[in-house]
Amino acid sequence: MKLDCKHVWEHISGYLDQQLDPALLEAVERHLETCEVCSAILDSTRNILVLTADDRTYELPVGYSERLHAKLKAVMATENQE
Amino acid sequence: MKATPQEEAALIQRILAGESELFHDLIRPYEKLVYVTILTIVRNEAEAEDGAQETMINAFRHLKTFRGDAKFSTWLVTIAMNEARKRLRRVKAASEEPLEELTEEKEGDFTPAVLTDWREIPLEALERKELRKRLREAVEMLPGKYRVVFVLRDIEGLNQEETRAVLGINVTLVKVRLHRARMMLQKHLVPYLKSEAPGRGGFFRRWFQ
Repeated sequence: MKLDCKHVWEHISGYLDQQLDPALLEAVERHLETCEVCSAILDSTRNILVLTADDRTYELPVGYSERLHAKLKAVMATENQE
Repeated sequence: MKATPQEEAALIQRILAGESELFHDLIRPYEKLVYVTILTIVRNEAEAEDGAQETMINAFRHLKTFRGDAKFSTWLVTIAMNEARKRLRRVKAASEEPLEELTEEKEGDFTPAVLTDWREIPLEALERKELRKRLREAVEMLPGKYRVVFVLRDIEGLNQEETRAVLGINVTLVKVRLHRARMMLQKHLVPYLKSEAPGRGGFFRRWFQ
């Protein structure tokens, strides 16, 4: 199986999630070995996923947890009386 | 610290048997999960915080309907998604594109940002507010149906099956939409990230000048 760049792009997600079947995986890997453009696309995509998933990218508002638990406590207190 | 599923199940039993205050401990590991899920849908921090509170209150009230066949976290995310949808409808009426269509139209191929001199952005770069903001904005600009899949899979770390169950769409749609979301982010972010990469006159040079 020989793949051109466009085909490889279609399988970038499958490759990252390790969901390609063995024949396709081998073809993608063979292409990546020699294609600088596709390797860079793969690496940049992987990098973006690592960055967006990092704990620091999304922050909780200051005092969020305290307000949440205070609210829950109030709800529990009224509901326990009923 | 996250409890094991067994510890969680035991905790839930005790809460249902009357030790309500243990609910605080049960949800503590998932406070951020619920908030971020709602935030990425409603795209407003105050709405997301209110929505997160409502989600936890709902979870408390309906805890007895939780069945151990799904993970507690997945169950919570499902409630959070419903809460977010409700808020979205209220805030934006019908202006927002749907979050889960059941079919996927054949769209043109996505062309990623093509480059040969990509350099990785180190994780330390996330100390910079500007970069974090750019990443969040890029996720926000994704069309709704792609955004929800991306958030559940790549930010919250749900697996394919859990994502499918939460969204009520089939696995193929989960895969296709995740792929498109990732490619859109790649295309959108790479031109910006490239100028930020070390050694290319980006922020490191600015840093050390």
